[in-house]
Order: sequence, then C-alpha cells, then structure tokens
Amino acid sequence: MFASNPFAEVSASISPAFMQGYVIAMFVLVVVGTLFDVVHKGSARYFFENARRSKREATRPVEGGEKMSIAAKTLVVDVLASGEFCNPRRRIAHLLGMYGFVFYVLATAVLVFNPAAGAFWAQLWWVGGAMVCVGGYWFWFFIRVDVAAEGRSPLRVMKADLFILSMLASATLGLAWAWTGGKLGVLFGLYILATTVLFAGVPWSKFAHMFFKPAAAFDKRITEANGWAENLPTQTRDDPEQRKRHSMELLQDAPMDMGLGIKREAPRHY
Amino acid sequence: MPTFVYMTRCDGCGHCVDICPSDIMHIDKTYRRAYNIEPNMCWECYSCVKACPQHAIDVRGYADFAPLGHSVRVDRDEQKGTIAWRIKFRNGTEKNFLSPITTKPWGTCIPQLADVAGPSKEMRDSQLLYNEPKYVRMDEGGLHTLQSNGLKMKKGVYY
Repeated sequence: MFASNPFAEVSASISPAFMQGYVIAMFVLVVVGTLFDVVHKGSARYFFENARRSKREATRPVEGGEKMSIAAKTLVVDVLASGEFCNPRRRIAHLLGMYGFVFYVLATAVLVFNPAAGAFWAQLWWVGGAMVCVGGYWFWFFIRVDVAAEGRSPLRVMKADLFILSMLASATLGLAWAWTGGKLGVLFGLYILATTVLFAGVPWSKFAHMFFKPAAAFDKRITEANGWAENLPTQTRDDPEQRKRHSMELLQDAPMDMGLGIKREAPRHY
Repeated sequence: MPTFVYMTRCDGCGHCVDICPSDIMHIDKTYRRAYNIEPNMCWECYSCVKACPQHAIDVRGYADFAPLGHSVRVDRDEQKGTIAWRIKFRNGTEKNFLSPITTKPWGTCIPQLADVAGPSKEMRDSQLLYNEPKYVRMDEGGLHTLQSNGLKMKKGVYY
C-alpha cells in the first residue's frame, strides 16, 4: 500500500488532466491569496519602510557580501531549522509540520503529474502526511499558546485555527482515504474539501506566514548587523570593556553562564 | 504609556501572557500573536517587555524623561545575569546602562527555610521582621552609615 500511487485508483473515475488542473488551481490560489494578503495587510510596505529606517539609523553599512552571508544564515537557521522558536517543543512540532507539509505537497504534485513515479514518492507522501499529523496534533492539543499559556480548552476554535485545522484535516483525511483503498467516495470528497479550504483560505488564515516570517527574520539580522538593532541595547557582559564598569562590580567573579531564570519553567501559570 | 507588540517579531510563545500581573496580555484570536487587551490598565511594569524572548514588546516612555521621538528599550539577559537599557532621546543623546540581575547562577541559592530554626517567642513579639537585614536595624549602635560600615562615597556617576 505504501509503495503504490494513492491517486492511481481514483484516476480511473477522474481524468488525470482534471486532477492536474486542480493542483494548478490550488497553486494559483496560494499565489493570488498571498499577494492579496501582502496588499491588504501592507506587510510589504512595512518591510520596505523598516528597511529604509534601518538604513537611516545604521551606524555601519552592511555591504553585498555581508548581506549575502546574513541571507544564507537566515535561510539555514531561521527557515530550515525554525531557529526563531525559543521553546524546543514548539520548534520540534514546527519542524515536523513544516517538513511534513513540504514532503506531502511535493509528493502529491509529483504523483498527480507523473502517475508512474516510483515508490519513493508514494512513501514520501505517507511520511509527509504522518509528520503533519504528529506535529500538528501535538501542537493543537498541547503546545498551542491558547491551551498552554492561557489555559483554554483544546477544543475552542477561532479564526487563527483556520490554517492548522485545514492542514490537519487535509493530511488526516488524505491518509484515511488512501488507507481505506483510495476510492472515490465520501472520504475523498472531504479530503478535497479540506485541501481546497487550506489553499483557498490564504487571505483569512496564517498561511502567508511562510512568506513573511523569513522576511522578518532577515530584517532582524540586518538591523543587528548595521548597529541600529531596533534601538535595543547592544552592550553585553561579553565585552571585556563593559565588565570593567562600576555597575558590573558584583559580577566580577560570577560565571559567564548563569543558567536559566524564569525560563526554567514553561509559561503555563494560568 | 502602555505596552504594544511588534506583530512581525512576536512568535506567540505565551511568556508575556504568563507573567503579566494585570492579566492584560492575551493572544489575538485571528493571528495568534500577543496583544495588550486593555492598555488603560497597564501600569508599565515592564514584566512582559523583559520576559519576551523575541524583544517584540515595547513601551512608550513617560514624557518627563523620554519625550516624543525617544526610545527606551531593554534586554534582560538571564544567561549573562544582566539587564541592559538603551535610551535614545530625540536630540540624538543616547544613554546605555548595564546592571546585574543576579550575582549567582539562577536557582543555586534558594533559601531552605524548612531547615531554619523557627523564631522564638521573644523574636515573634519584637517589632523586627523575620530575617530583617542588619543594615536597617537601629538597635546595634544607631543609624548605619557608609563611614560606620567602612565604605567611602565615590564621586561621579559610575554607569
């Protein structure tokens, strides 16, 4: 079951051209939805204005080579390794969901456009779907800030849940449909409905965070490199000059790593 | 002036929700990011600003020390045991402060009060508080001064 194309059975009832058209339509919906989101929320204008301010307030210029190195660091640390998250549980759940979703979508496109694709792509589809489910349900029931920090019920649904719920529904129903034989039926209909909501709901969901979060991470690294640091303090104890300050007298013999203070405990004291 | 959140920086971790003494930092229902639900009730304690690992929360400082066009930002670095403040005035003047927030590694010096002998009846009946620091006591030869404690006043500002 895991080595064969899950869309093979249904392609007897629905023409491959129609299925390929559906995948293209979903891709177009994501592009259009993201552009609408960028214009509607003014996120692009915000980033350009912030970049101009950053340049104006900079204490040292960040040139092309350094900019490239910052872009590479953003890609490796912030995008590929979800380095933004300070909570390791959230980071693992996000990595599972992110890579699972990429595998799942990529394998779906390959299997639909090339029905003869090898067993590897079918297995990647299953693995991706399973990763989305593991990371997604873990996040939904235990890690979600509403549940973990605000003490709300895991079953309380709000607008911010549109993306995660439609993604979970798409992966769960897709796997369930393929597990039960991959035939045309109610499960297939619900799978397509959830997938359509996921990709068509971009303007109303947080789907677009995939595009603006890397921009925000790059922006943050640039402001740190050019000395503006968004007006955040840049003096630290790492600097030997700062350790000579009168105010640092009490830390003369203290270790450089004092461990974790309030972050020793998870933020769940509701 | 109350706190506000830079939405592109917030990752919705919940530290501000957890620490806010007024319980006014909550999670937005549309974007799952933190926001101040009742700015009028914020007393600018800076708890959320210092607890935010992403430095996503900011406060507009009071006009007497930081008028319009100013910036007052803080970085509470637990691992280094320091807190740093950077204040920029609108005339370009900048002040930087760096101070300790602990002198020993976190969690290593928690008083084991269960092992300490209980106060005697005489101690209970006295005006002094339990474990009151000796420097505030007046019953050991009068007011403590720098001189009586062998300390000297240094001239100037040492920040």
